Amino acid sequence: MANLRDIRRRIKSVKSTAQITKAMQLVAASKMKKAQDQATSGRAYADLLNKILVNLKEKTEDISHPLLEEKTEGKDLFLLVATDKGLCGGLNTNLFKKLEAASTKDAGFIAIGRKGAAYISKTGRDLVADFPVSDPAKFADIKPIAKFITEQYLEGGYKRVFVVFTNFVNTISQIPHAEQLLPLSPFTLGEIRGYEGVGGDDEVKEVSAEDSKVGYLFEPSAEEVLETVLPQFINNSIYQMVLEAHASEHSARMVAMKGATDNANGMVKDLTLEYNKVRQAAITNELLEITTAMKALE
Amino acid sequence: MPIHLDIVTPERKEFSAEVEMVEIPGIEGELGVLPNHAALVTSLKPGELRYKLDGKETVLAVGEGIVEVQGSSVAVLTDLAVGDADIDEKIVEEALKRAEDRLKEIPSDEAEEQAALQAVIAKSIAQLQLKRRR
Repeated sequence: MANLRDIRRRIKSVKSTAQITKAMQLVAASKMKKAQDQATSGRAYADLLNKILVNLKEKTEDISHPLLEEKTEGKDLFLLVATDKGLCGGLNTNLFKKLEAASTKDAGFIAIGRKGAAYISKTGRDLVADFPVSDPAKFADIKPIAKFITEQYLEGGYKRVFVVFTNFVNTISQIPHAEQLLPLSPFTLGEIRGYEGVGGDDEVKEVSAEDSKVGYLFEPSAEEVLETVLPQFINNSIYQMVLEAHASEHSARMVAMKGATDNANGMVKDLTLEYNKVRQAAITNELLEITTAMKALE
Repeated sequence: MPIHLDIVTPERKEFSAEVEMVEIPGIEGELGVLPNHAALVTSLKPGELRYKLDGKETVLAVGEGIVEVQGSSVAVLTDLAVGDADIDEKIVEEALKRAEDRLKEIPSDEAEEQAALQAVIAKSIAQLQLKRRR
């Protein structure tokens, strides 16, 4: 039987672990709320951008732009949005599984988040670049990434660009998702994205071409406006997906830490029980010794 | 009759209210918008955006983006929109200096890089001008 002091020491250490995990759980919960709010507050921008795109599509019958053209040759490029830190349950594992299913070994990879970069180089894939993104995500962090990807797509001989990230469904469910970013299809431009995201129960405004056909005047020309709108659209798409990934990360961490706290508390309970048993046994033993000694003296 | 002005960045809605008049730095030059303007979409140049609310004029420094005008509403999509109170002169000055130094270093055949730096410079200058006028 373990001795009293050992058990006491273990109880103390498990208790302090529980304290840490509890704190992490609370921090993750507040960060998750922030990421969700951030995604929702960017909604106005996305709606307006969509509206302009729908109108541009009407105006320019045969829009041709390098970012819209399908290529026939080349490899795929993947942007992996993983986390910087661990302790978030199976989030990254599931994400990497998705990446493996969606990609071929010879594709190019770009990582956001340290865990993603580590995974890609560990599995011998071609890591083209990795970018740090602060948390909460700033739009300014995303711009160079979008620019780099666009350059790689236009000049690096890649055929398609995908983004693999974790889509936030709700607090307990996050689903890894692979979304095609480039080439932008002129048919889906301005349409609702193929995944339901943060604040998905908010009413998403369906922008139909009929409602928003205004017959704009484009200055200087529709082509030149398209030239500015498309990069903005790419920036914003990536930004939204990073926000999704952040909200997922924090909610996964929150759930994982809640589990850890519960387990630690359970352990403290078990250990306390054992501690009391050992203490009782020791007292009984002592009494026994005393009585035996008395008996011997009589 | 007022115009509804929305200024949105990807991060949040900066401004949304009924105003009397808006002046926008468009790529083709200053653009004054009064009610019942023709539907128009144009690119935004880094510079100063002014709007008049209750006879009082407010100036914001804006970055690159797109402007959408439709009847009596104006939507400005930009990556930056700040009033003079929110501009930190020191930070902007540093950014401006960095961009200018970098512009001198890079070879002249990298047109895209140069354009990006010039955009940063234009944005910084717009902010500084606004700040210093006060």
